[in-house]
Amino acid sequence: MLSLSDISAAYGGFQALFGVSLEVRAGESVAVIGPNGAGKTTLLRLISKLIEPTQGTISFQDNSLVHVPPHQVVGRGIAHVPENRRLFPRLTVEENLRMGAFTAREKYQERLSLVYELFPRMKERRAQPAGTLSGGEQQMCAIGRALMSGPKLLLLDEPSAGLAPVVVQSIFELVRKICREGYTVLIVEQNIRQVLKVVERAYLLEAGKIKMQGPSQDFLRSEEIRKAYLGL
Amino acid sequence: MEIFDIYLLEAVLNGLLLGGLLALLSLGLNLIFGVIDVVWICYAELIMCGMYAVYYLHVQYHWPLYAAMPAAIVIVAMLGVLLHQLVIKPVLAAEPINQLLVTGGVLFFLQAAATLAFGIDFKNLGVSLPAVRIGEMSFSAARLIAFGAAVLGVLGLFVFLRKTYLGTAIRAISQDRAIMPLMGVSPGRIYTLTSALGGALAGLGSCLLVLQYDVHPAIGLSFGPITFLICVMGGLGSMAGGLIAAFVFAQFISVGGFFFAVEWGYVIAFAFFIGMMFVRPQGLFRR
Amino acid sequence: MIGNYPLHLMILVLLWGYIYTGWSLMGRLGMVSFGHGAFMGIGAYTVVMLWNHFGLSPWLGAPAALALTAAVALVIAYPCFRFKIVGHYFALVTLALSEVTRLVITAMRDVTGGSLGATPNGALTEGRSVAIGALQFSDKWVWLAIIFAFWLLGLWVWRLVDRGMGRLALQAISEDEEAAASIGIHVTRAKLQVTLVSALMTCTGGILYAQYQLYVNPDTVSGIAISLQMVFGVIAGGMFVMLGPTVGAAFTLLLAEGLRLAFGNKYPALDTTIYGAMLVLFIIFMPKGILGALLDLVRRPRRAS
Repeated sequence: MLSLSDISAAYGGFQALFGVSLEVRAGESVAVIGPNGAGKTTLLRLISKLIEPTQGTISFQDNSLVHVPPHQVVGRGIAHVPENRRLFPRLTVEENLRMGAFTAREKYQERLSLVYELFPRMKERRAQPAGTLSGGEQQMCAIGRALMSGPKLLLLDEPSAGLAPVVVQSIFELVRKICREGYTVLIVEQNIRQVLKVVERAYLLEAGKIKMQGPSQDFLRSEEIRKAYLGL
Repeated sequence: MEIFDIYLLEAVLNGLLLGGLLALLSLGLNLIFGVIDVVWICYAELIMCGMYAVYYLHVQYHWPLYAAMPAAIVIVAMLGVLLHQLVIKPVLAAEPINQLLVTGGVLFFLQAAATLAFGIDFKNLGVSLPAVRIGEMSFSAARLIAFGAAVLGVLGLFVFLRKTYLGTAIRAISQDRAIMPLMGVSPGRIYTLTSALGGALAGLGSCLLVLQYDVHPAIGLSFGPITFLICVMGGLGSMAGGLIAAFVFAQFISVGGFFFAVEWGYVIAFAFFIGMMFVRPQGLFRR
Repeated sequence: MIGNYPLHLMILVLLWGYIYTGWSLMGRLGMVSFGHGAFMGIGAYTVVMLWNHFGLSPWLGAPAALALTAAVALVIAYPCFRFKIVGHYFALVTLALSEVTRLVITAMRDVTGGSLGATPNGALTEGRSVAIGALQFSDKWVWLAIIFAFWLLGLWVWRLVDRGMGRLALQAISEDEEAAASIGIHVTRAKLQVTLVSALMTCTGGILYAQYQLYVNPDTVSGIAISLQMVFGVIAGGMFVMLGPTVGAAFTLLLAEGLRLAFGNKYPALDTTIYGAMLVLFIIFMPKGILGALLDLVRRPRRAS
C-alpha cells in the first residue's frame, strides 16, 4: 500500500534520513521505533509531503507521491496525527473534527457519529475548546480528527508522548482498537515495549538508517532490542 | 442644563453609530492580520478606491446605487486579491518589517494614482439623506444606515467564520499555520480567499463612507491611522478586541469632539491608546 | 558658480540624509519607527512658535524643543521596550505618536495656524542676509555649510554608536533580545539610548528644516506621511550601511524632482505614482536598498574567488 524506497531527506539543514526503505501493506499495523532524533518524525513528515525527499521514491497505492503537494495527500487517503497532537486550541472539539473532514464534507455527519462512537468522551466535550482538554483527550481528539477524512492509512506520531502512564495505557488500547477496525496504521513511538504489543511488524530506525525489521514478536525476543531499548 | 444633557446624549449615540462603522473597518484589517500575519497599511486606500468606484459608477455612469455599491464591493475584493498576489506573496517569507513597508508603498502608489486618475478635488455622491429626529436629537440617516449595514456585515462575517468549512479553516489557520496541509487545506488558497474577504469588507466600508463623506485621494489618511490603532488596542488579530476598541475609540472621538474641537477628540483617543500601552501592552484582548 | 536650484537640492539631500541617518540608528536594530514625524514636528514647531509668540531666539528654542523631544521619546519608548513591544506593534504605536503630534498642532490652530501652516516672523530686513539670533539666512551657501556640518555630525554619531556598542551587540539586540541579555547587554537601556539619539537628531533636523524653508505645516513636518517618507528613503538607500540613508535621500529626492520636472506639468501626480510603484518594487526585489545591494554585488565575487 505504502512503499518508500531508498529515501534520503534533510531537515533543518542537516541530513536526517539515509536511504530508508519501508513497506506497509493494506490492513497492517506497523511501528517505527528508535531513539530520540533517529529521524522518525522526519519519516512521517516526508510521507505527508510536509518535506520533500532529496532522493528516493514514495508511492501510495501504486501512485508516486513525489510531486504531490502536501494539502493533496489527505485526499489520497493518508491522514497524519502530528507530534504533540497540534489541535487548534481555540476551536471546539467538534470544529477540530470538522477541520479533519475538510476534504470529505459530504461524509461529515456519517464520520462524526463514527468518531463519537469510537470516542464517546469526545461527544461529551464537543462544545469545549480543544485547548482545555486533558492530554489524553487531546490525543483522542487528534486521532478522531485524522479519522474524519476517512483515511486508508493512518500515520501516528508518538501518540503516547507527554501523557501520564495510566493514560498511555488507554491510548494504546485505542490504537489497538483502531487497528482492529481495519485501518492501516503506521505508528512512530518511543514507548517501544507498549507499541510492540500492539503492532504486527516493526522497523528499528537509528541515526537515519533502518537497522532491523521484522514481526514485532522477533523484536520482543531480540537480545539486542531487549538490552538497548527495553532495559531487560 | 437639560439641553446640555440631551446634546451629550446625542454625542454618545453618534459615537455609537461611528463605533459600528469603525468596527467594520477594523474587522477587515484584523481578519487579514489574523490569517496572513500581514498588516495592510494601505487598507484605507483600498476603501478610497471603493469610494471612487461608487462615485463614478453612480454619478458618471448613472448606475443606481443598489448596483453600484455591490459592484464596488466586488472591485475592492478583487483589489484585495491583486494586492495579495502581486505584493504580499513575494514578501511572505521576508522580514516582517518589509511586509509592513511594502503595503506602505502601495499606500503611496494608490494615493498618487488616484490623484492622477481622478484629480485632487473633493467628489460628492450628491445623495442627500434626511436627518432623523428623535425628540431634541437629530441623527443623519446616512449614519444610521451605515451603522445598520456595518452591524449586518459584522454578523455576516461572524456566521461565515462559525458555520462554514472555509470560515473554520480561516480561524484555524491563525492557530496553527504549519499543520493546515494535513487537513487538506492549501494555505495559499485560504490567503487568497481571506484577501478577497478583507477587500470585500473594505468595499462595504467604502459604500458606507461615501454616503457620509466626500471622496478625495488623501481621504485614507483621515481614517486609516485610527483603524490601525483600534486593531492594535484590541490586540492585532483579535476580532472581539477590535470590536470593543472600535466603540471605545468612537466615544472618545464623539464625546471628546463634543466638549472640544474634533481634533482633540482624536488626540484624546490617541493619548488613551498610548496610555493603554502602559497598562495592557499586548492589547485589550491579546489572544 | 552653482545656481540656486542645484544648491537647494544639495541642501535638501544633506538635510534629509542627516534625518534618515538618525532614523536608521533605530531602524537597523529592528525598531521600525513610524513616529519620527512627531520628533521632526516638535522640533520645527516648538522653535517657530517660541520665536513668533515670545520672541524667543531659536538658540533658546532649540534646547526647549530637544528637551520636549527627549521627554516624549522616553515616555513612548520606555513602555515599548519594557514590555517588549516589537515589530508591527512598535510600528503602529509609534504611528499613533506621529498622528497625535499632527493633530495637536492642527487642533491648536489659534496658536499654530492649524493646517494652513505658519511662517517664522522674518528677521531679515533689506540689506541684511544674516540674522544669527533668529537663525535666518538668505544665503544658501550658509545653509549648505551648516547642514553639511550636521550631516557629518550624523555620520560621526552613526560611527560612534557602531563602535561604542560593538557591531555584535547591535546585531544581538536586533535579532534576539534574550540572547543579547544573556551576554550581558542591558537591552532596554541600550535601546533607549539609541532611541534618544535618533529622536534628538530628527528633532534638530526639524528645526533646521523649518528655519531653512521658513515655513512649517503640520502635514509636511509631522504625521504619517512624513514618517513613511523617512522609512522609504532609508529603505531605498539601505539602512545597514553608513551612507545608505544619504544615498536613499539623494535617490528619492532626485527621482521625485526628476519625475516632477519630466511629467509635472502635463500629468500631475504621475511622478508620485511612479515613485510609489518603485518603492514597492524596491522592497520586494531589493530589500537591502541601493547601496546595500551594490555593496553585495561588489563583495560577492571577492568572496567567491
